[in-house]
Amino acid sequence: MVADRETLFTWLDEVMDPEVPVLSVVELGIIRDVEIEGDRVTVVVTPTYSGCPAMQVIEEEILAALRAKGVTDARVRTVFTPAWTTEWIPEHARAKLEAYGIAPPGRATSDTLVQIGRRAELLRCPYCKSTETEVRSAFGSTACKSICWCRACRQPFEQFKAI
Amino acid sequence: MTVAAALAPAYARYCQQLGDDRLILGHRVSEWCGHAPILEEDIALANIALDLIGQATFLLGRAGAVENAGRDADALAFLRDDRAFRNALMVELPNGDFAVTIVRQFFFASFSRLQLEALTRSPDTEMAGIAAKALKEATYHVRHAAEWVVRLGDGTEESRQRAQDAVNDLWRYTGEFFLTTSEERALAAEGLAVDPATLQAEWERSVRDVLTLATLTTPATSWMQRGGRDGKHTEHLGPLLAEMQVLPRSHPGASW
Repeated sequence: MVADRETLFTWLDEVMDPEVPVLSVVELGIIRDVEIEGDRVTVVVTPTYSGCPAMQVIEEEILAALRAKGVTDARVRTVFTPAWTTEWIPEHARAKLEAYGIAPPGRATSDTLVQIGRRAELLRCPYCKSTETEVRSAFGSTACKSICWCRACRQPFEQFKAI
Repeated sequence: MTVAAALAPAYARYCQQLGDDRLILGHRVSEWCGHAPILEEDIALANIALDLIGQATFLLGRAGAVENAGRDADALAFLRDDRAFRNALMVELPNGDFAVTIVRQFFFASFSRLQLEALTRSPDTEMAGIAAKALKEATYHVRHAAEWVVRLGDGTEESRQRAQDAVNDLWRYTGEFFLTTSEERALAAEGLAVDPATLQAEWERSVRDVLTLATLTTPATSWMQRGGRDGKHTEHLGPLLAEMQVLPRSHPGASW
């Protein structure tokens, strides 16, 4: 056996999301499992968004990180169930996001009822901490972020959107 | 799950059909990149196109796996001719003005959301997982399009007229979403497909609610266009495929 499960998770926790380099792939919640069979390590990953172009880079970085630790037979397997949700991002990672300048996601609901208009949700500016904010567009520089505006410090900022 | 051998060819074609709707619409929407009326919409439409193409990649990948003939998602997307595509005619139509694009997004996403919601209960666990992920995306696609339908419809005289024209022009293409093919009926009996006819009433209700909010008139249901599910397309699909497929066909196996 190359390493135990806990050690493998520690190594994976050093692989950063290429688009949000303050979060590791473990903190992002996309590492669902690690399977160890002799010398072979299979990392079970779930995609964030169907079209997220970073997923391929993330897979390559996971494999590179494991090989650098001496895992000779590292593989990645993709699973779809259960579907990724921002609820899997832990509190300490949310604090890192905010410190980095990205407002953390609010609560994701499984409610598939489509509401017209913005939901009233407390959104705190990561710079000045004011809640005098608004979502300008649900779509931002990457699939996972919205464009927001702070009326207090008059700066645009991004929010990791709840899904 | 392994699909019963007798159903596999039909199920592979059904997965292709699900993928084709999203691939062709995703390609069309991507044409807005760099051309949308405002920056936020340029970003939004590019994001939506990416979601649709991502969903298509998974669905065509599933189609290839079920077919078990060595074709992956890329082979299905880039190496089939127009007659082998099973997408609904609406998604291959040119983008038109912003109102046409938004109304088409609204009509399709409203359908897609209901279809995906039902597919989350598929006995094919791979499909159920793909659908559960795509459903989250389709839900915010509906919200985005519906908010714009209301803004345009309940906006200026000009935006209202354009939105109403788009609704009137595209309405005749909505019937095809709900046509049940004989293969779909057989697959639906096994729970592997959703009989789209069962989604029609809910689609019409949700669409009518938003059009009413937008002060737009829902057209009376009349004669409907059809053909896409049988591979009989409009003259617009060929040029779209030529642009989409040229690179992998001219340079087989190219990577960059």
